[in-house]
Amino acid sequence: MASVNRKVLPGLALSLGYTVFYLSLLVLVPIAACFLKASSLSAEELWGAVWTDRARAAYLLTFGAAFVAAVANAVLGLLLAWVLVRYAFPGKRIVDSLIDLPLALPTAVAGLVYSALYVKKGWLGQYLVPLGIQGAYSRLGIVLVLIFVGLPFVVRTVQPILEDLDPESEEASASLGATRWQTFRSVILPTLRPALITGFALAFARGVGEYGSVVFISGNMPYKTEIAPILIVARLEEFAYGEATAIAVVLLLISFAMLILINRLERWSLRHEQ
Amino acid sequence: MTRLVSKLAVALALAASSAAAADVTLLNVSYDPTRELWRDINDHFIPQYKKTKGDNLAIKQSHGGSSTQARAVIDGLDADVVTLASVIDTDAIAQKGLITGDWVKRLPNSSLPYYSTIVFVVRKGNPKGIRDWPDLVKPGVEIVTPNPKTSGNGYLSFFAAWGSVITRGGSKKDAVAYVTKLYGQVPVLDSGARGATTTFVQKEIGDVHLAWENEAHLEVREAKGDLDLVYPPVSIRAEPHVALVDANVDRKKTRAAAEAYLKYLYTDEAQEIIAKHFYRPINDAVLKKNAATFPAGIKLFSVKEIAADFAAAHKELIGTGGVFDTIYKPKR
Repeated sequence: MASVNRKVLPGLALSLGYTVFYLSLLVLVPIAACFLKASSLSAEELWGAVWTDRARAAYLLTFGAAFVAAVANAVLGLLLAWVLVRYAFPGKRIVDSLIDLPLALPTAVAGLVYSALYVKKGWLGQYLVPLGIQGAYSRLGIVLVLIFVGLPFVVRTVQPILEDLDPESEEASASLGATRWQTFRSVILPTLRPALITGFALAFARGVGEYGSVVFISGNMPYKTEIAPILIVARLEEFAYGEATAIAVVLLLISFAMLILINRLERWSLRHEQ
Repeated sequence: MTRLVSKLAVALALAASSAAAADVTLLNVSYDPTRELWRDINDHFIPQYKKTKGDNLAIKQSHGGSSTQARAVIDGLDADVVTLASVIDTDAIAQKGLITGDWVKRLPNSSLPYYSTIVFVVRKGNPKGIRDWPDLVKPGVEIVTPNPKTSGNGYLSFFAAWGSVITRGGSKKDAVAYVTKLYGQVPVLDSGARGATTTFVQKEIGDVHLAWENEAHLEVREAKGDLDLVYPPVSIRAEPHVALVDANVDRKKTRAAAEAYLKYLYTDEAQEIIAKHFYRPINDAVLKKNAATFPAGIKLFSVKEIAADFAAAHKELIGTGGVFDTIYKPKR
């Protein structure tokens, strides 16, 4: 009898087929359409559309602001998750559910509210603007709303890992004479690192794609506070579909490259831990 | 048996008569601030159409940014009529073959049942003394206007500012210098007209808001004394054309109703409604009757006085690499 090559898990063909079909329908086909539309341009037109001084300033701002916001979210999100897991206090349930609110709120609302708060006559702006802190119509404003929309990601990826973390290992570390900082750095942080990186990547990707809130708080000044998606809208207004999608393709490629990089980092950090 | 037959006949006759009074649904695809105007016009036109033609008409409205709406129609939104803010948008639909022939000439007054312009809204009592375009670039004056790249209000404001120099004998160089200075004093470029209104009214940013005339009237009325309307001596004549979308009305068999709808806009009744919503009627008698709303002092110039046509003006001033792009280029 011929030996049959049996896989441990049955149904590979079916589940793989389903995965590819599903991904194609939702992600690959729209992205391919994007590439196809952009390829209707000649190489010269393409370059002229995506690589102007103004477009470069916009890419830098889009990715820069998303990066800064994701770093802030990694630190603040970790803190939030820590407080939610390790301490018991009244109203904890409510605080916990507040974390997800940025996902549900239309982001345009967030942009409008943030800018109204931070303008010269706003609740916060009346104290901050005299100090020279421009929270509305500035790069700071963009980072602020991106921190808002990215908030849930780090908290929700780190939280379950923290819950599983056994306090005994921290106690052991303390009993071996480690300071609190040493315990945090050598015991807690390595365990959390992969989740932290995942949360960071999600928050970062969310920030790159954000449009609704940013247009209301950035002021959209070319070279200063103009994000790349605004350029796409501007080209669409001229009925220049090809140029608009070309800019989208550049954003896609940069995002994809960065996500691969972050993925590598995550894997490296996992190996490092073991 | 005969009774049954006669009953059937009656039922059939009833069905036939109700089929004679057809149900027709029209879709009017328009731009953002016209929501109330079209609702009012539809409420008057529908009963009138029922009386004359006997058909039950329903008119749906769709509103959004003008060129976004044009793209939606190009991509298959079933518009019977389009009533968009600028001729570029209607032409874009025509270029795809959905509107045929020389559409501008098909209706009276070059398919323009009304027109509008860009005016100034200032703070109560006009503390910065803003009366005319040159006043905008005085030191310390902040101007609120939406992004010309993404908003019809935005590029019409730009055309108006540009034309205020050109139509009064200035050179192109003067005009470039003027708009460069002007946009240097614009603190925020909102993406659309309503965003700019929020910035000016709610967030109290800026000294003057360059707004659509109809929006300016509403803005001042709602501010209850906190804002004033200022008519500059000159401004742009904004021309929102109306057009039948041939491909759609032929497929949906709604041409007759759609044509009647557009023709209705030129009646005295419709012109009055248009004036009531602060759009300028083309009927001179109606315009004069509403002189309190539309002061005669303002001289409106056509886009043809600043360029060959609308598309050329947009390309030269707003399009990629145009004048607007050079304004923000950092000096090296």
